Amino acid sequence: MSNRLINWFRFASPHTFYPLAGKMIPWFWTLAAVFGAAGLWLSFFVAPTDATQGEGYRIIFIHVPTSWMSMFIYMVMAGWAAMGLSLNARLSSMMAQALAPTGALMAFLSLWTGAFWGKPMWGTWWVWDARLTSELILFFLYLGFMSLQASIDDPRRADKAGAIVALVGVINVPIIYFSVKWWNTLHQGASVSINKSPSMAATMLWGMLLMALCLWMYSIAIALTRVRAIILEREAHTEWVKHLKEVSP
Amino acid sequence: MNAMWAIVRRDLLMVMRRKSEVLTALFFFVIVSSLFPLGIGPEPALLRKIAPGVLWVGALLATMLGLQRMFAADHADGTLEQMAISPTPLVWLVVGKVAAHWLVSGLPLVLMAPVLGIQFDLDTGALGVLMLALLLGTPLLSLIGAIGAALTLGVRGGGVLLSLLVLPLYVPALIFGAGAVESHISGLGAGGHLSLLAALLIMAALFAPWAATAALRIALE
Repeated sequence: MSNRLINWFRFASPHTFYPLAGKMIPWFWTLAAVFGAAGLWLSFFVAPTDATQGEGYRIIFIHVPTSWMSMFIYMVMAGWAAMGLSLNARLSSMMAQALAPTGALMAFLSLWTGAFWGKPMWGTWWVWDARLTSELILFFLYLGFMSLQASIDDPRRADKAGAIVALVGVINVPIIYFSVKWWNTLHQGASVSINKSPSMAATMLWGMLLMALCLWMYSIAIALTRVRAIILEREAHTEWVKHLKEVSP
Repeated sequence: MNAMWAIVRRDLLMVMRRKSEVLTALFFFVIVSSLFPLGIGPEPALLRKIAPGVLWVGALLATMLGLQRMFAADHADGTLEQMAISPTPLVWLVVGKVAAHWLVSGLPLVLMAPVLGIQFDLDTGALGVLMLALLLGTPLLSLIGAIGAALTLGVRGGGVLLSLLVLPLYVPALIFGAGAVESHISGLGAGGHLSLLAALLIMAALFAPWAATAALRIALE
């Protein structure tokens, strides 16, 4: 047991994690490509045309997984940030920093595809639906996290300040979601709801799950690539970085 | 505790020496709220409908104005560091700062709101609910804002960054605060909204000072 623990903690150092991440990245890219190909094939060629929504519904195969990922990445990011804050582990904070842009991208894609889906289905690009609104606020939280980190020069201070923002955000995400939900039900202008969708065909569900796995693998691959860049940037003064093949001239 | 009251007294005294700061936030609130009828039109029915939202958004922005100054002056002249190394826990001093901020930029808004509400043709009951909602909501704004103010201390472009960080977190306060007045006007009763606002206030009072203290320690490192 203790042996395993030591092995795990060994990779908490940027020096040991950098080559490990380098080895893992191609695997995650491959998995992302496989899941993506299978998911796209299933969702565009196999899944039946929806009776009420026509072909346009296929956008949910991108939309739903990006929404899931945007929320999930925020949780993971906050988890890494908390670990970085409490254990004072540099690599954890770097992971949080590396995840933020991907999370923001997912939130943006989710909003964008949602607008494209809403136009033919609801006849409008945007409704003040509870989910849309809270997704928008989640996007703002990502932007706040990234701009706070970007505007602090000292990386360690940026890590810690960012961690506090991420943690405060994590407490607030459910509050914001429920407040927006109640607000929406009280106003109830356009009575649209994503909940009332008819029971989904099994192939649709599989398509969605495969796309979610694809985005998951993509997020891991891209976050690892980014964390490698962050490691190089921050550890540029160390000996091991200077001796790396890709750095030395 | 004594140190906390001392901080409150000191901050209020300093504000009294430079009265323009209190008045700026208050006048901002008055002017912003008065601009809306000019932009939207003077129909009383429409004004009554938008009043809660407009007054609450005005209050949010007016509290934002003073936030940046909450710790900035003390940070600049080193007082904050002395506070951090004093035997009193820093969190009490933060509570004192937040209380002073609320007394300076929250309470005047609460007292001014009914006057502005009359401009929007609200009746007496709605004005009462508006005041009560602001009374519960503005301390919440000061508490959440303290976290943002501490995080952006001495940071490039702090003011804009502060609003980016804090305004999304203000959403629940805005929804329940404006919702209370709205549901009172529509006859549903404001109890539920006010209770939720009070619950948020209690939660923020428990957690926000700690988060702000942690952020201050990071800024002082």
